[in-house]
Amino acid sequence: MNINKELNGNQLTLAIEGRIDTKTAPELELVLKDSLSGVQELVFDFEQVAYISSAGLRVLLVAQKQMNAKGKMKVINANEDLMEIFEITGFADILTIDSSGKGV
Amino acid sequence: MKELDIEARTENLDEVMDFINEQLEVVDCPMKIQMQIDLAVEEIFVNIANYAYQPETGPATVRVEVQPDGSSVSITFIDHGVPYDPLAKADPDVTLSAEERSIGGLGIFLVKKNMDDVRYEYINGSNVLTIEKGLAR
Repeated sequence: MNINKELNGNQLTLAIEGRIDTKTAPELELVLKDSLSGVQELVFDFEQVAYISSAGLRVLLVAQKQMNAKGKMKVINANEDLMEIFEITGFADILTIDSSGKGV
Repeated sequence: MKELDIEARTENLDEVMDFINEQLEVVDCPMKIQMQIDLAVEEIFVNIANYAYQPETGPATVRVEVQPDGSSVSITFIDHGVPYDPLAKADPDVTLSAEERSIGGLGIFLVKKNMDDVRYEYINGSNVLTIEKGLAR
């Protein structure tokens, strides 16, 4: 997994490449822990993500809870398989998912 | 039928995945189904690694059986740790808000939702969990 961080003012975009699983989710959690100070809008770009397990969902839930307290968070460019996981788990209702295509 | 004996540690997850995916490649498993199987295998193996022999580790066996006609696959996980039926646990309430949701309980739920069948048995001191999935496109 690779995480590309882009900070624009108080908006942070994390473009993730690879799998968010038991092994890589802790890395993402660490990056979030170090990066959210002063951030009011957090964007996850999942265009290059083909797989997420419950370990990854947990990290998203933690991030969502943190951002609820101080701003907003959204997920963009999630593919159909990821969307299905989000729907099965109810995360489709918890997360703000922008499936309208490219851009923020 | 193919079998892998491996120490139940999360570090060994890649080896388990490789083993399973090798078997699935033989039958040209569709990508989406492979992802769903990967997901189930990760959740189950990590569960065994984290809880079966806590605080120590112990052995696990992963058995893969692809139907001769390639129509479905059955994967069995065996450990000799504390008796634990993951299917006895209530499903998480997926309608709760982020604030109300607790972290956890999602793994086995994802297994149940993504597989066609999940069975648990406790046999001769072993936890035996079997998942089944059709491989049709």
